[in-house]
Amino acid sequence: MSEKSSGKSNERGPLFMLLILVGGLIFGFGLGFSQMAKPEVVLDFLQFEDFGLLFVMGGAAVVTGTTFAVATRLSGRAPLTGNVYTRRLKSFDKNVLVGGGIFGVGWGVSGICPGAAYASLGLGNYLILFGISGMFVGAYLQGLWRKRGADTTNPTTSAD
Amino acid sequence: MQTVSSLIPSLAYAELFPNGIDHYAIGGLLIGLGVAVIYLGTGIIAGASTFLETSLSYVSDVPRFQKGKYVASRDWRVVFTVGMVGGAAIYQAIFHGEIWTTDVQWWRLLGGGLLVGIGTRIGKGCTSGHGVCGVGSASFTSIVNVATFMTIAIGTAQLMQAIGVGVSP
Repeated sequence: MSEKSSGKSNERGPLFMLLILVGGLIFGFGLGFSQMAKPEVVLDFLQFEDFGLLFVMGGAAVVTGTTFAVATRLSGRAPLTGNVYTRRLKSFDKNVLVGGGIFGVGWGVSGICPGAAYASLGLGNYLILFGISGMFVGAYLQGLWRKRGADTTNPTTSAD
Repeated sequence: MQTVSSLIPSLAYAELFPNGIDHYAIGGLLIGLGVAVIYLGTGIIAGASTFLETSLSYVSDVPRFQKGKYVASRDWRVVFTVGMVGGAAIYQAIFHGEIWTTDVQWWRLLGGGLLVGIGTRIGKGCTSGHGVCGVGSASFTSIVNVATFMTIAIGTAQLMQAIGVGVSP
């Protein structure tokens, strides 16, 4: 059980990467099975033509919520890293609203979000490369802007 | 009387969920399971969008992308993303046996993707980070973020529809 890495944090051994891969496979399979990897399905939801997407996000959040709630009550640490189990809590500021708003416009225009876009590629949807390229350019531009702003404004909390 | 009372909910159901709910719910549970497996083994809460900037750290000298935590997590995020692509490919191979492509116009994918890339990075997360992991953590920040992007996205999509930009012309 104690496969705790002794060296650098990015060298965690083959079991660590294997587990990440398995988790990603299940995640991507779920995105395919739920149809959320199809932008059309997301747009149908946003246009009130099919509310099924609520069950995708709701079902996923129930599983993660239960898992986080149970694990954070345990005193143990994660076997492959020795990490303490925590919840995902980000600080709140106006960036949460501004970013959410910009993301919302993008999601409403295209029907794609990062995870679903990667999975869409797995469906054979090579056209999604337009969307994935856009996301990389957007993240790069945001990084450039933040670099410029960092000199003059207060340091902002980093995204994760 | 019995037929009437049983007819009304089923009509509403058919209207709200024309494609049923089974595959949505099962798919959602699997998405959550993927996050849970990684979390229980490693303590890492895996969102999908940080892959964007950690991957940029391989090719860009911009200090923003060279932060320690991005460099430290970039390798496993590549593996995670490869897993996502592979998992969806396995689904498609098993259930359909042929590739599927979208009818959404390329300029919508590109322009929408650009805004998604900017917005997730400013807003500290995406549909999986905030919507699944953050909401699952009962995080106030994430719930507000999800409510914001849901509202704006619904408005945007309805506006697109209203001005006649359908999914496929």
